[in-house]
Amino acid sequence: MAELRALVGVKRVIDYAVKIRVKPDKTGVVTDGVKHSMNPFCEIAVEEAVRLKEKKLVKEVIAVSCGPKQCQETLRTALAMGADRGIHVEVPESEAERLGPLQVSRVLTALAQKEKAGLVLLGKQAIDDDCNQTGQMTAAMLDWPQGTFASKLTLEGDKVTVEREIDGGLETIRLKLPAVVTADLRLNEPRYATLPNIMGTN
Amino acid sequence: MKMANPLRGEVLTLYKNLLYFGREYPKGADYFKRRLKAAFLKNKDVKDPEKIRQLIARGEFVIKELEALYFLRKYRAMKQRYHLEDDKTK
Repeated sequence: MAELRALVGVKRVIDYAVKIRVKPDKTGVVTDGVKHSMNPFCEIAVEEAVRLKEKKLVKEVIAVSCGPKQCQETLRTALAMGADRGIHVEVPESEAERLGPLQVSRVLTALAQKEKAGLVLLGKQAIDDDCNQTGQMTAAMLDWPQGTFASKLTLEGDKVTVEREIDGGLETIRLKLPAVVTADLRLNEPRYATLPNIMGTN
Repeated sequence: MKMANPLRGEVLTLYKNLLYFGREYPKGADYFKRRLKAAFLKNKDVKDPEKIRQLIARGEFVIKELEALYFLRKYRAMKQRYHLEDDKTK
């Protein structure tokens, strides 16, 4: 049985299907009462981690979310998809606006070390800010190798082979664990978290 | 919904699950709820357990169709938004 622990970052974003509206005072977009859900690329990351666990290559999947109280919904969805534990790093609503990749990477770095994770899995970017930075920054802070825009992931012993989607095609690299991988669209098809699963988690 | 029928629990669970899935229905959750309720009420007097099981199976099939629908919608939207270069080169 593998000893590898996977830390998966999940972000709560405005649902992809929502028509975004700018606030009347033009200070941002309307978020009150608007449907939120897990970032689609984060869903793919969770799905990959859970599949690795089902293949017995990963021992434990730990989901993490930074932000206000409502992030717990996102964590519950991750748990319903098969994550073992959820860690909510609570940031009050008033300060959540200033939460960006730099801050989140610091949190993920600290947690990866604290939880002794061997693999940090993230979505390649969030659909609200499209930063595409958290994975890379986290890898730099941890001084771990990174495989970004992953469309295929293969764990073999203490190495992970990552097929990356790059301009003009695919690139295959092999990283020594521990490593950071960010998920691209074609990595997998995430399972739908069904009601009994979500209700059952707490 | 059946009274004192052992399949009652299954029917209720199916209804709850479908209701949950209907929240994201493209034509709106209300539209879905109305159609769902009508569909279940239409069959409320069915007593034959075999027929009930067939209807439950049909309901579970609808759930799988909805899962596929939601996934494809999301996948297509993400592909359109983030993989434009792929389409251009084809």
